[in-house]
Amino acid sequence: MSNGAPIALGYLPVAVTFGILGRQAGLSVAEVTGMSAWVYAGASQFLAVKMIASGVGFFEIVLATFILNFRHFLMSTVLARKIEGSKPGVAALSYWVTDETFVVASLHARPEGLSALGFLTMALTAYLSWLTGTFLGGMFAGLIPVRIVDGMGIGLYALFIALLIPSARKHWQFALVAAASALTAWGLSSLLPGLSEGWTLIAATLGVSALGTLLPDGEIEK
Amino acid sequence: MIWLLLAGMFLVTYIPRLVPFLFARQLDLPPWVQKWLKFFPYAALGALIFPGILTAVPGRPVLAAGAGILATVGALFIRNITVIVVLAIAAVLLLQGLGMP
Repeated sequence: MSNGAPIALGYLPVAVTFGILGRQAGLSVAEVTGMSAWVYAGASQFLAVKMIASGVGFFEIVLATFILNFRHFLMSTVLARKIEGSKPGVAALSYWVTDETFVVASLHARPEGLSALGFLTMALTAYLSWLTGTFLGGMFAGLIPVRIVDGMGIGLYALFIALLIPSARKHWQFALVAAASALTAWGLSSLLPGLSEGWTLIAATLGVSALGTLLPDGEIEK
Repeated sequence: MIWLLLAGMFLVTYIPRLVPFLFARQLDLPPWVQKWLKFFPYAALGALIFPGILTAVPGRPVLAAGAGILATVGALFIRNITVIVVLAIAAVLLLQGLGMP
C-alpha cells in the first residue's frame, strides 16, 4: 500500500485527463473505463483515443499499441526474476506491469528479492487509482476543465525523479547510466522523430545498459 | 466495434507482459546478461524522465523543468516519495496560476 500510494497519486490526474479526452473522442463512460481496465497502459490509451477521434482503422491502432507497449517485455523480464513465489501465482502479476510499478518494484526490492504479495498490493493500489480516475474523468467530462488536471501530470515525473535520486547517490554507475540513457532518448527522439516513444525507450534501455556492463562493479548489490 | 478494438489492444499489450514470466524465471543467464538486466531500471528511468518531462505540462516546458529541478532537490533531502509527488504537483499548480511559461 505505502509503495503504491505515490503511483496512485501520480496516476489519478492522468487517468482523469484520459477519461475526459476519451469522452471527447466519442467513447462512452463504459468504453473509456473498459480501456483502462483491459489495456492499462497510459501512453497507448492516449494514442488510441487520438487515433479513434481521427478515424484511424482497427489494425493500425492495434499495431501502434503493440509497438508502444512492447517495452513491458523488458520490464517483465527483470521482474519475473525478482518476484518470489509459485510460478502461476507470480505469472498472474504480469497483468499489472507498468513503467511505474516496474521502477518502484525493482528499485525497492530487497537484495534477496521481492514478495509477490508486496507487488500485488502496490499494483492493485495503482490499478484502482487508474480505474477510478478514468471513470471520474469520463463521468464528469463536461464539468472538469482539462487545463486544471493538465498541470498535475508532473506527478509521475516527480515519482521517477524521487525513485532515481537515492540510488544515483549511492552508486555513481546508476547515475551515469540514467543520465546517458536520458541523453540517448533525447538524441533519438530529435534525430528520428518518427520513432515511437516505446522504441526510443527500448533502444535507450538496451543500449545504455549494455554500456553499463563495462563499468567497474564497485559495491553494486543485486 | 470499440469493444473489439479494446480486446485487440488488450492482447497485444498483455502478451509481452506475460511471456517473460513464463520462461525467463528459472532461466540460467550468464553473468554479463544478469549485469545487463541490473541496469535496466536505471536506464529506463533516465529515458522516462527526459525529454518527456519537458512536455509534462502542455505548452509550459520551463514550468515543467522547474518542477523537475524542485523534485530533484527535494529528493536529496526527503526520502518519502509521496511527499515529493505532492510537492511537485503543488508547485506546478501554484506557478501555473501565476502564469509561468
